Amino acid sequence: MSDFKKTLDKIGIPRLIIFLFFSFIVFLAYVNNLNVTSYIGSVLKYWGMWGVLVLAMVPSINCGVGPNFGVSLGIVCGLLGTLLVIEFDVAGAINASMPGWGSWISMFISMLISAFLAWFVGVGYGKILNSVKGSEMTVTTYIGYSVIYLMCILWFRAPFSSGEIMWPLGGKGVRNQVSMESSFGQLLNNAGGFYIGGESGVFVPTGILVFFFLMCFIVFVFFKTKTGKAISAAGENPQFARASGINVDKMRINGVAISTMLGAVGIIVYTQGFGFLQAYTAPLAMGFQCVASVLIGGATTSKARISHVIIGTFLFQGLILMTPPVSNYLLAGTDISDTVRQIIQNGVIVYALTKVKRGVSSD
Amino acid sequence: MDKEYVLKMENISKEFAGNRVLKDVHLSVKPGEVHALMGENGAGKSTLMNVLFGMPVIFNTGGFEGSVEFCGEPVVIDGPQKAMELGIGMVHQEFMLIPGFNITENIKLGREITVPTVASQIFGDELKSLDWKQMAKESREALDTVGLGIEEYTLVAGLPVGYLQFIEIAREIDKTNIKLLIFDEPTAVLTESEADRLLEAMREIAKKGIAIIFITHRIDEIIAVSDSITILRDGSFVARLETKETTAAKVAEMMIGRTVEKLVELEDVGRHIDSGDVVLKLRDYNVEMPGEKVRNLDLDVYRGEIFGIGGLAGQGKIGVPNGIMGLYPASGTIEFEGEPLNVNKLGDALKKGIAFVSEDRRGVGLLLDGSIEENVVFTAMEVEDRFLTNLGFMKLYNAREAKEHAQKMIETLDIRCTGADQAAGRLSGGNQQKVCLARALTMNPRLLIVSEPTRGIDIGAKKLVLELLVKLNREQGLTIIMVSSELNELRSLCDRIAMVSDGTITAILKPDDSDAKFGLAMSGVKEVDVQ
Repeated sequence: MSDFKKTLDKIGIPRLIIFLFFSFIVFLAYVNNLNVTSYIGSVLKYWGMWGVLVLAMVPSINCGVGPNFGVSLGIVCGLLGTLLVIEFDVAGAINASMPGWGSWISMFISMLISAFLAWFVGVGYGKILNSVKGSEMTVTTYIGYSVIYLMCILWFRAPFSSGEIMWPLGGKGVRNQVSMESSFGQLLNNAGGFYIGGESGVFVPTGILVFFFLMCFIVFVFFKTKTGKAISAAGENPQFARASGINVDKMRINGVAISTMLGAVGIIVYTQGFGFLQAYTAPLAMGFQCVASVLIGGATTSKARISHVIIGTFLFQGLILMTPPVSNYLLAGTDISDTVRQIIQNGVIVYALTKVKRGVSSD
Repeated sequence: MDKEYVLKMENISKEFAGNRVLKDVHLSVKPGEVHALMGENGAGKSTLMNVLFGMPVIFNTGGFEGSVEFCGEPVVIDGPQKAMELGIGMVHQEFMLIPGFNITENIKLGREITVPTVASQIFGDELKSLDWKQMAKESREALDTVGLGIEEYTLVAGLPVGYLQFIEIAREIDKTNIKLLIFDEPTAVLTESEADRLLEAMREIAKKGIAIIFITHRIDEIIAVSDSITILRDGSFVARLETKETTAAKVAEMMIGRTVEKLVELEDVGRHIDSGDVVLKLRDYNVEMPGEKVRNLDLDVYRGEIFGIGGLAGQGKIGVPNGIMGLYPASGTIEFEGEPLNVNKLGDALKKGIAFVSEDRRGVGLLLDGSIEENVVFTAMEVEDRFLTNLGFMKLYNAREAKEHAQKMIETLDIRCTGADQAAGRLSGGNQQKVCLARALTMNPRLLIVSEPTRGIDIGAKKLVLELLVKLNREQGLTIIMVSSELNELRSLCDRIAMVSDGTITAILKPDDSDAKFGLAMSGVKEVDVQ
C-alpha cells in the first residue's frame, strides 16, 4: 500500500488525472472513428511549438521568482526581432547569394536579435521583481498584461515599410497577422519531417522536435554549470546562497533574463510553426498556458525540471487539441474548445497555487 | 490561611513530551516587595510564568503538578483571563500598544469609563459615551506613579522605546485590583538612564503595596532593586535569598553553578597559546544583526587556539560571526592574518580562508532538498571554482570529482547516510551538522567559525561533533572560533572564552575560572571582583 502511495506521490495526482483524461479522450476519438492519426500529428507539432516557451518557466521558477506569467516580455522581443528580419527581407537577400539558406539564416538572425533585446529587457524586469519580493506572481501577471497593450500602441505606429507587414489599407503599422511565407514559415516543422504509416499516417515534425529537445538539453547543461547551480541555490534557499558568497539578487536577475530570452526564442519557434506572426493581443494569454503546462508536468512554484516541461507541454497541448473534436462530435453543434482550454489552464494554475507551501520567495 | 504571601507557588513541575522542564519549583512573593526571578536561558523562567498565567501552552500539553495560592487562597488559574481577574498583570517585552491611539486611549483600552446617553438607554450599553475627563485624570495618575511627565493625550506613534515601556507599565498599574505585577526583562531594550528610571518606578509601585516579580539576568540591577531573589537552574529550584544577605558573586555562582562535566577529554589542558600570532583582530566592531547586535567590540584570536564566545541569547554573540561573514551589515576594523577584511562584500571572508558553520542549520546551513554531495561541495565550487571542468566558455560541474570528495568526507566525518546522493534534509540533526562541517572543511580554511554547533542534536552526536573540532584543532592546527550558549560545552574544549553581554565583551576567561566569574560576566558586570 505504501509503495502504491509512493508511486502515486511521484507521479502526482493532477498529472495522473490529466493523463487518464487524455487517454480517455483518445479512446473516445478512436471508437467514434475520428481521424486520430491526424490529431496525434498536430499534438506533436504543437508540442514542439510550445516547448521552448514552456521551457522559459524553468529558469524563473528555479531562481526563486516563481512561474513567469510575464513571459510576454520575451514574446514581444521575439516578435520585434522577427518583424525586423521580414522588414529588411533578410531571407531574400541571403537567398540571392546563397540559394536555399535564406530561411535558416534569417531565422537564426531573428533569434539572435530577439535574444539580445530580451537580455536587456530581462535584466530590467529582474530588477523590478527584486524590489517586489514575495508578490512576484501578481507582479509578473500585471507586467505581462501591460507590456502586450503597450506594444499594441507601438505595433500600430511602428514605421515599417515592408508590404508584408503594413496594413494593406492605410499603409502604416503592423497587420494583425503577418505571413511568414517569405521568411521562415513552417521551416522547422518540415525539416526532416516524415510520416509514420504512409501519407494518411502520423506526421512527425522532426525539425521542431529536435530543436525543442536541443534547447532542453542546453538549459539542462546550463543548470549543471557554476552559474546555473548558483541560480538554483539562490532560488531554493537564499540564506544558504548568501552564506556561500552568492549575490542572490544578481542570480535572480540572471534567471529572469534567461527566462525572457527563452521566451523570445520560443515565440519565434511558435511563429514559424504557426506560419503567421500574430501581433497585438494574440500573445496575451500565452503566459498562462506556459505556466499551466509546466505545472501539469509536475513542477511546483519553486522547483521545475526539464522533464516537467516535456511531459507538461505534451499533456496540455494534447488535451487542448484532442478535446474539441471529440466534444464537437459528441455534443454536435457546440463549440466548447476554448472553454475546455480555459478550465484546464486556470484550474491547473489554481491547483498548483494551493500547493504552495511557503511564499515563492523566502528571502 | 497564610496571608503573608500574595503569591505562593509550591512544588511546581512541568513536563513537555517526557522532557522535565520544571522540577519542584517554589516561588513566593510578599506584598509590596520586588522579587527577582533569575536563571540562564532555558532555566525555566518563562515556563513558570506560563504556569502562573494558565497559558494554553501549559494546558494543551497535560497541565502541571503542584499548587498555587494567591492571597492565601488556593486558586486554579486556567487562563490569562482568570489571572487578570485575580489581579496579576504582566509588562510584556514586546509592547502591545496601538500606535494610532493616544496615551489615555491606550491605557484605558478595554476598560473605558463610560457615561450613559439617550441612545445607550434605548439600544444598550454599546452606545454609552466615554468619560474623557475621568479617563485622562486616571491615566495622569498612573503616568505620575511611573514618573513619566509626558502629556496624556500624546499619540503613541513615534514615541521613543523607553516611553512605550512606561506607558505599558502605567496601563498595568491603572487596573484597580492589581496585586502582582510581572516585569519580563523590562530593561533589555532600554538605555542605561531609562533603565535606572524604570528601577526607580518599580520601587514606587512596590511602595503602594503591589508585589513585583522581576525577571532578568542582570545581576547588578537585581542587587540594586530587589528585596528577595529566587534562582532557577535547569528547571530546578536552587534557592530563595534575601537580597540584603547576599552578594552579586554569590548569586552569579548559584545561577551558573553546576558540576562541570567535561564533554571532551583533553590531554593538554591549560596548554600555552602563543599570543604573538594574531589571526583575527577586531577593533571597534559593530554588527547590525536584528536581535543580536554587536557594539564596539574588540577582540584578538590567536593562531592555533580554540576560542569560545559565550553569553545569553540576544546579547550579540551570534552577531559576531555573521558580521565577519558579511551576512549582516558590519563596521569597524576587521583584520584577518594582518589583512583588512571587506565585510561589506559578500564572500570576501570565504575567499580569504574563513569558513563558517551557521547556527541556523536548516535555514542557512543546508540545501535541504539537495544531496549530501551538493551540500558538501557547493561553497568550494562557488568560491574557489573547484569541482568544475572549465570548458572555456563555461564551467561545468564535475560530478565525478564531487562525488569522490563527498564520499571521502562521509568516511572521514562518519556521516551516517544511505549514500552521497541522499537528501540532506532527511538526515538526523547530528549528521546534518557534520555535512555543514564537511562543507566548511572542503574550503581548507585557515580559520573555522562554528556557531552553536550542538544546537538541537542529541548528546551522543554532540560529543562526536565536539571531539571532531578538537581533532581538527590538534591535528591540523586549525584555529577555531566556537560560539555557543552552552557554557559547559565552551569550558570543555576552549582555550579562552569571551563572555558577551549587551553586544560587547565583558570578560575573557579561562575555562577553569570560577562559576561566579562566568556568572557575573554573563550578566554584564564588567568589573569582575570576586572575594
